[in-house]
Amino acid sequence: MANMAQAIRMALHYGEEKLGVREIFGEDVGAPLGGVFTVTQGLKTAWNSPLDERGIVGAALGLAWAGFRPVAEVQFVDYIFNTIDLLKLCGNSTWASGGKFPTPMVIMTPTGSGIHGSIYHSHSFDSIASKIHGMKVVCPSTPLDAYGLMLAAIKDDNPVLFLKPKALLRAKGEELIPGEPADEKALKDMIDAPIGDRTKWKPRWPDLTDFTVPIGQAKISHEGTDVTIVTHGRLAPVCLEVARDFEADGKGSVEVLDLRSLIPYDWKAITSSLKKTGRILFVNEDTEISNFAEHLFRRVIDEMFYELEVRPRLLCGKAVPGIGLSPVLEYASVPQKADVVRAIEAILAEPA
Amino acid sequence: MSKKVTPLTARSADPYMKLQPELLSRIHNLMVKGRVLEERLIKMSKGGDGFFWIGGPGEEGFNVPLGLQVKKGRGVQHDYLHLHYRSSSIMLAMGAQPIDTIRQMRTTITDPYSKGRNFVNHYAIPEWNVCPVSPTIETQYSTCIGTGIAQARSKSDGLTIVNGGDAGTAEGDFHSCLVWANRPALPLPILIIVVNNGFGISTPAHEQHGEKHISDWAKPFNMPAKTINGNDPVEAWFAIEEAMNYVRKERKPYMIEALTSRLHGHSSSSGANRVNEPDCISIFEENLLKRDLISKEEIQKHWDENRKECDVAYAQVKTEPYPQAEDIWTDVFVDGLDDSYPKKGGS
Repeated sequence: MANMAQAIRMALHYGEEKLGVREIFGEDVGAPLGGVFTVTQGLKTAWNSPLDERGIVGAALGLAWAGFRPVAEVQFVDYIFNTIDLLKLCGNSTWASGGKFPTPMVIMTPTGSGIHGSIYHSHSFDSIASKIHGMKVVCPSTPLDAYGLMLAAIKDDNPVLFLKPKALLRAKGEELIPGEPADEKALKDMIDAPIGDRTKWKPRWPDLTDFTVPIGQAKISHEGTDVTIVTHGRLAPVCLEVARDFEADGKGSVEVLDLRSLIPYDWKAITSSLKKTGRILFVNEDTEISNFAEHLFRRVIDEMFYELEVRPRLLCGKAVPGIGLSPVLEYASVPQKADVVRAIEAILAEPA
Repeated sequence: MSKKVTPLTARSADPYMKLQPELLSRIHNLMVKGRVLEERLIKMSKGGDGFFWIGGPGEEGFNVPLGLQVKKGRGVQHDYLHLHYRSSSIMLAMGAQPIDTIRQMRTTITDPYSKGRNFVNHYAIPEWNVCPVSPTIETQYSTCIGTGIAQARSKSDGLTIVNGGDAGTAEGDFHSCLVWANRPALPLPILIIVVNNGFGISTPAHEQHGEKHISDWAKPFNMPAKTINGNDPVEAWFAIEEAMNYVRKERKPYMIEALTSRLHGHSSSSGANRVNEPDCISIFEENLLKRDLISKEEIQKHWDENRKECDVAYAQVKTEPYPQAEDIWTDVFVDGLDDSYPKKGGS
């Protein structure tokens, strides 16, 4: 099975071949590196830009206005903060121009913790991203979803921020990408650049086909009846593992709703699941205080109050200035599997 | 009136004589059109027929020659423009109608540039490659990189034009533009323009900028550049022509720093009253009259006709509707909003 980095790479290749993508760029995105996480390795239209995030986002916006459907990378989401006003321009250009300037572009960037990235390689940007209105925001948790969401993002006439959970980029999926060889090693031999001299290396791409995950559509990754977890990105597989454990241990039936899209989000899927379970826990790793899920939490109380058996809950990152390098500090700052287990146990234990 | 025919030998020595009298008259007419429009907008702002005003009175001498030389159209074969909010005369020279700017000032739904959403002089015309003008300072120097790349990739003589003020050159976007436009891997066909009126809102440039000329920023890149008198439309015409020819042919960037006046201050925030700085239109009229290239009657006709056009346009716009409250939801996304999108503004 492909890992998420390979899945995104294959989606970008498909975009080059079938969807008119002509410019894939960012810092170290082109040869020889092909991206610090190898997401752009071997792509024929990938090129290296200056070390200038504002220039990268501005260039992407200009290319979008020219109809080029660019895919640009900000190397780590931690570096995206100095581009906020340009991201706002991406989000508001269609609206501000009275609908005259569609902005078909993708900005992709690795997000979140989980690789011991310390203060400036562990940020989550999810909540801030959700405030850039007019921009769609997606965040996959599996290679197949990453493939399908990237194709959807490329096809979309709106700007799409594609958040890549950096801790999952090397994680393999449980489903094949359409066209992917079943043999993992065969795929690696075909599309992973060799260590060392790469000057003569060329990828051999599998015969990929279209597969789109509609933006705005969540996925039930584990069905359940006792409690709903709403999550996305790095913590989605953690929640899935917890749900499977609870099922195996007979501790409860946990439904896991992987949002996949933060903006627009799948409110119907959330309400549908909550009607079934009556209990809801939001899990993500961005920090408390104006966390994106706090909006969902408020909306649940406003619109679903009488469906709730117990109070809703939020499990998220601690509101501190950064994530410390020491594992003790990192684990204390962002939710870990044990935190999810405790939260589920608590919400299930509360009498209705 | 019939004009005197100047001998060819004299024409070659005087740049004014190198342009056809009809073109000079057209430039004058458009400069007046721009001035009359801006004065109308200021009046509307002060009179409650709109809100904030910001515009370009004092920049007509540079902007009209620029607008007239744009290769106008849609797509990479034509020129892209990434402008700031003092560019009304560029737009008028390209063929925009004053009434549409008046619509934007009055925030009517008929405003073709933003449906009543943006400040005046914030143009967005896809048919002419006029990219959305933003109130943010200098971001256009980052977005111009993108259309520059698009044109560098194409077999075209189309170029990207970016303009902005002197104060904004302190922003990183200006330097992003210089670096990206001069990448050895892919030089970009961008005409980089800085209109230097000597101020950033209330702050004099000489207090903040140690560089002798802003155009000196071109030197480290070995990029051609010129500082010109932007109050003289004839000097501006030839400087723009030379720069455009270079960029179209060489597919590399060129910088022009145009020194101009700022005749009504920064914006309505500082009162928008007329200040005592050289007026490019008065100077131009004097230069044309002393060479017998225009008559006083023709000059007056330009003023009268343009004022009348603005009067008629203003009267028309006053009859046009404002946006409706529900219009805030259109254009958030190209494909519209799902029924479940939160629209209540809270609980």
